[in-house]
Amino acid sequence: MSGIKAKHQRLVLVLIALAALIAAALLAAWALRNQASYFYLPADLVARPPETGRAVRLGGMVQAGSLKTAPDGVTVHFVVGDGKARVPVTFTGIVPDLFKEGSGVVAEGRIAADGTFMADNLLAKHDEKYVPREMKDMTEAQAREAVKETS
Amino acid sequence: MHGFANPARFLRLARWLTPLLLFTGIVLTAASLAWGVFVAPADALQGETVRIVYLHGPTVWLGRGGWTARALASLTGLVWRHPLAAIAARAIAVPGAVFAALCLVTGSIWGRPAWGAWWVWDGRLTSMLVLLFLYLGYLALADAAQRDGAGASRVPAIFGLVGAVNIPIIHYSVLWWNSLHQPPSITMGKSAMAPEFLVPLLAATAGFSLLFGAVVLMRMRALLADQQAEARLRRKAFATSGAD
Repeated sequence: MSGIKAKHQRLVLVLIALAALIAAALLAAWALRNQASYFYLPADLVARPPETGRAVRLGGMVQAGSLKTAPDGVTVHFVVGDGKARVPVTFTGIVPDLFKEGSGVVAEGRIAADGTFMADNLLAKHDEKYVPREMKDMTEAQAREAVKETS
Repeated sequence: MHGFANPARFLRLARWLTPLLLFTGIVLTAASLAWGVFVAPADALQGETVRIVYLHGPTVWLGRGGWTARALASLTGLVWRHPLAAIAARAIAVPGAVFAALCLVTGSIWGRPAWGAWWVWDGRLTSMLVLLFLYLGYLALADAAQRDGAGASRVPAIFGLVGAVNIPIIHYSVLWWNSLHQPPSITMGKSAMAPEFLVPLLAATAGFSLLFGAVVLMRMRALLADQQAEARLRRKAFATSGAD
């Protein structure tokens, strides 16, 4: 009888300790919600700009039609947006393979006085979607049809 | 439940279950990896690089799932004092640590062509590295407890339970915080991954999980044998000293 009681007591104690622990971890994660982000979104950067010259990261989508290569051939200008704000970016160097218009990018650099983001480094960010290469050139409706046929 | 906690019954079960898991695991893993490398298509955006997912995905699953299983074993040991629970927790920790390390290595190899960086300190990568350190810390604690003759010590089990807090943090790191790592492709009942990628990935995950199970059973048997040998030596030493 006392064995069953001790067992239940241990279970309750462990569960209380776990609940307290999870609550503490959630509070810590909540407090970290801004600090632990890897990059600023364009909207953050426009709303609360960091001081010029401070090293920050900017992440968002490379806006379609905004990518231009300068006459020197290695400098690119493009616009990063998140649907709310747009920030012009300048980068000199070799861009990653996955860097293209309409795709995600994280730029490391600093804000210049004129509001342009001067990037020292570009990282390509891909999303969670995986699509076979053959389906890329199909329209969305064709792809759906193909999936229906094969599954 | 209590039936499985009996070491003798467990050993009878493990004797035929270990080779079964091992051989089906080897066959399924080899077949699904070959499928992923030679048959599955290239990704529209990432091209051939995507094939590392068939190695990276299962290691993520087992690195995190290993800690969850190890924490459940610790909980069982703490509350119900099952004799096998502490042994199961120790047995899971080594393959779990290996898969967590493999997850970081394959992720790093994938990150170089996909992102343009071997390593970044974003929320997902950092919390996964913390998990590897938790595994190493647990192994050191469990080893020390064993050496001090406190085999039933509660310290490693409590450490293992506290460390489980990191598991949801790893999962939500890509949702709570902006990160370079992609959000999950496979969520409850949904997949942002075309079936051409998803099916071999799930097959590889199942194959590696079977291998993981086989390794855990082997280690549990070895730990039990160690315990028995030690007890026998102690009895013998006691008998000889009593005869003098």
